[in-house]
Amino acid sequence: MTKPISFILNGDEISCDIQDHWTLLHLLREELGLIGTKEGCGNGECGACTVIVDQLAVNSCLYLAADVQGKLVQTIEGLAVHTGSLHPIQQSFVENGGIQCGFCTPGMIMSAKALLDKDAEADREAIKHALAGNICRCTGYVQILDSVAAAGRQMAENQGEGAAAAKDPGTITQQSMNKKAGEVIT
Amino acid sequence: MIGYNVVGQRIPKLDAAQKAMGRAEYIQDVRLPGMLFGKILYSRHAHAKITAMDISKARALPGVHAVLTGKDIPPRMRMGFYKDNPPLKADKVCCFRDEIAAVAAVSEEVAKKALSLIEVEYEPLPGVFDPEAAMEKNAPLVHEAHKSNVLKLPWKLHYGDVEAAEKDSAFVAEDRFTTTWVTHCCLSTSGAVALFDASDNLTVYSNTQIPSLAQKDFLETLAAMDLKNKRVRVIKPVIGGGFGSKLDTYAYEHIAILLAHKCRKPVKILFDRKEEFEATSTRQPTVIYIRQGCDKEGHLTFRNIRMVLDNGARTSWGATTPSVMMMPITSLYRVPNVRYDAKCVYTNNTYSQAMRGYGNPQATFAIESCMDMLAKKAGIDPVAFRRINQNEPGDVTPQGFKITSCGLGQCIDAVEKELAADQPLGEGEGIGVASLIHVGGGARIYKSDGCGAILKMDDFGKVDIFTGGTDMGQGLDNMIAQIVAEELGLLAEDINVVHSDTDVCPWDVGAHASRSTFVAGNAALGAARRAKQTLLAFGARLFEVAPEDLVMENRTVSVKNDPEKFMPVDKLLRKAHFSPGGTMLMADYFYDPPNENMGKDFRCNLSVTYSFGVHGVRVHVDKETGKVLVKNYVAAHDVGRAINPMLLEGQVYGGVIMGLGYALSEEVMIKEGQIKNPNFRDYKLFTAKDVVPIKAPVIETHDPDGPFGAKGIGEPGCVPTAPAVANAIFQAVGVRIKDLPITPEKVLAAIQEQSKGS
Repeated sequence: MTKPISFILNGDEISCDIQDHWTLLHLLREELGLIGTKEGCGNGECGACTVIVDQLAVNSCLYLAADVQGKLVQTIEGLAVHTGSLHPIQQSFVENGGIQCGFCTPGMIMSAKALLDKDAEADREAIKHALAGNICRCTGYVQILDSVAAAGRQMAENQGEGAAAAKDPGTITQQSMNKKAGEVIT
Repeated sequence: MIGYNVVGQRIPKLDAAQKAMGRAEYIQDVRLPGMLFGKILYSRHAHAKITAMDISKARALPGVHAVLTGKDIPPRMRMGFYKDNPPLKADKVCCFRDEIAAVAAVSEEVAKKALSLIEVEYEPLPGVFDPEAAMEKNAPLVHEAHKSNVLKLPWKLHYGDVEAAEKDSAFVAEDRFTTTWVTHCCLSTSGAVALFDASDNLTVYSNTQIPSLAQKDFLETLAAMDLKNKRVRVIKPVIGGGFGSKLDTYAYEHIAILLAHKCRKPVKILFDRKEEFEATSTRQPTVIYIRQGCDKEGHLTFRNIRMVLDNGARTSWGATTPSVMMMPITSLYRVPNVRYDAKCVYTNNTYSQAMRGYGNPQATFAIESCMDMLAKKAGIDPVAFRRINQNEPGDVTPQGFKITSCGLGQCIDAVEKELAADQPLGEGEGIGVASLIHVGGGARIYKSDGCGAILKMDDFGKVDIFTGGTDMGQGLDNMIAQIVAEELGLLAEDINVVHSDTDVCPWDVGAHASRSTFVAGNAALGAARRAKQTLLAFGARLFEVAPEDLVMENRTVSVKNDPEKFMPVDKLLRKAHFSPGGTMLMADYFYDPPNENMGKDFRCNLSVTYSFGVHGVRVHVDKETGKVLVKNYVAAHDVGRAINPMLLEGQVYGGVIMGLGYALSEEVMIKEGQIKNPNFRDYKLFTAKDVVPIKAPVIETHDPDGPFGAKGIGEPGCVPTAPAVANAIFQAVGVRIKDLPITPEKVLAAIQEQSKGS
């Protein structure tokens, strides 16, 4: 069955027809051509396909495309696109050796973002917990954890300067998000 | 010490920003116009005759372009060095992993549907699943034509006189150890895209670690298809993890080629995760019988090792891991008398492949566990025992390895210090150590151990360097960029490293044996030196000085001791290029290290230099549950020189966590040939929550043959991990676990057994 949906993807309004059985991962990769989101297992076990739906990190391979109706979806492609420069989390992964083969990286960064958007000063245990669903075979996680912690410090600093919202269009308050999503629905 | 500007800097991976933005393109992301999707049908039995196969319904399904079976495979088409593996099997299957049919269709869905319509009838045969049972007289034969389940491979050596040495030994320790199947778990699954042009020249996109050798394999496939004098181009997309898994060519690649030729369209085969677990190779499992002795003072007198390796049903590089196991067996510590005998035995199980360390972790598990047992018998502290026997620069080992730079002693010092080994142990706590030797200066497995490099400089002072080497995430791009930038007085960002296309990149034997920094690095350095020579000769004419009077630094060529005379490199390049009779600046270099192939007795100097390391670990064992908690871990390595300390640490951390998985949790569970846990839920990888505090002291011994003194360090991180943990568990609770992985069940059972005995 085909049906129309509308949602916000990385700040842009999207309206498209989907099949009932499509996953969000299928919609993003196969239909919309956003290849940054990776499929590592297709079973929700590796986290490579992690995206953020309304402020929550989800495995897009288990998330039905139909369920993003009216919601705000962020993928790795949305992080650097508006400013032209890397998001602090991306920058931190680059600078701290958090990336080797890079296949887990987009999902890892999205899981980190969902955490740090809520709590930029999350401690190491909280970071480990947030990334527990994202498998990495290359790094042994050490430099990934360092990357997320350093990014959190940077984001906290940016927030302290009151500049976070301006610098990071991916961070949208619940209020503005509801408004935006509402605009699409109606 | 000489100061360097680029070498030794923590420069981020050159492709990290692309990867952070999700813009790196992996095999999953390769899409070509008109591309079809291939899927493979596997055996339903561990051992059976195929009595009938009906593909008519699959062929009739709309959207299906081709269906292939074993009958379509040209007779000469055989994979693997032992040539016992056709890409599709016709009459008989020997393991669940055996490929029996393949489909190309307009979508993956249609291809999967078509597979479900293929009807196969089997006549099951008795299987054999234990390598020691497979050696018995009446065991079922996996390959009847081979006449025996024991492979005809020469793994047998004897140096000195082991029997005499054993008689003279004051102490002897012996035991049986086993290691099981584990697998690479690259986050990107395997895949390939094959296409032919109008003249039947072939292009294959594949995430291979061996582009040049894959090119050769694919040429052989074309020859078997009667396609003579054709060209093969191998293009590597970004590789999502290697760890040895991509050191051979596989059925899916050859099947994609056959389907693409039949359909005259590009065909892509991409594994799903279940298939990745079930149809790619594992680390070679082993059964190891070891005897080791020492004299009263603790000097090792002999080492005697017999192994039985479960080869599985087909042969890939797992069967040659004994060639590398010989290295720790003959050369880890000074041991004058050595015997080693390994048999690879066919079973109806899956088969093995190279995996980080290539046999070294298995052999080192037995050797280093047994070292602690021997130290205990001799009444010597385990660390002191290792110091008594440590390798030293200038040693020639029984196998003929010439030890040049060697920081094993310094590694022991570093581990003792960082592990705070002198601190008192808590209840249930223990510390364990284990060492490693590994090839650090290439490894002459093939006739050539070489790598080519082609370098050109443009009019803007930038460099393009085409290397045969392969970056699969480990960071070879940076090694090459930092080495070239250092030599040419440029910045790493000025260097563009191209390593992805056999049409433009020179030959290389592959990303294995921790050889890329050393071999590809030396090739790049050689090309950079030649380019520099040409450029400085031109500059010398311009400045009217001798070339020796010029230096290249900070993107500038200047005359020594004359600050007035200098020119930016880009300007000098333009002058060279645009002068009448001008010249483009290009250079090439082929570096083939002066190491040796093994002789018939396996004696040789396999590598130009050897890397060393010592790992130490502090564990806590819960006596009620058997659960082992790693409290902290120290992994010290003699790396020659750290070209990039950040990426080096990444290799060590990644290796250690992979090694801890090998030690404690990872196992491909196989019952009667069938894999029971083909997913990340049941195959227990370490996650971020399991990360332990790791320190990675770097010992720099400045190897005389390494590029800027560097030795290889890709594999060592996971080599001595399991025995270090096993030794720590023994110290903590007095039980010796000899079978990997060391699960809580095994520890608890051993503790209970021990308390029964006491």
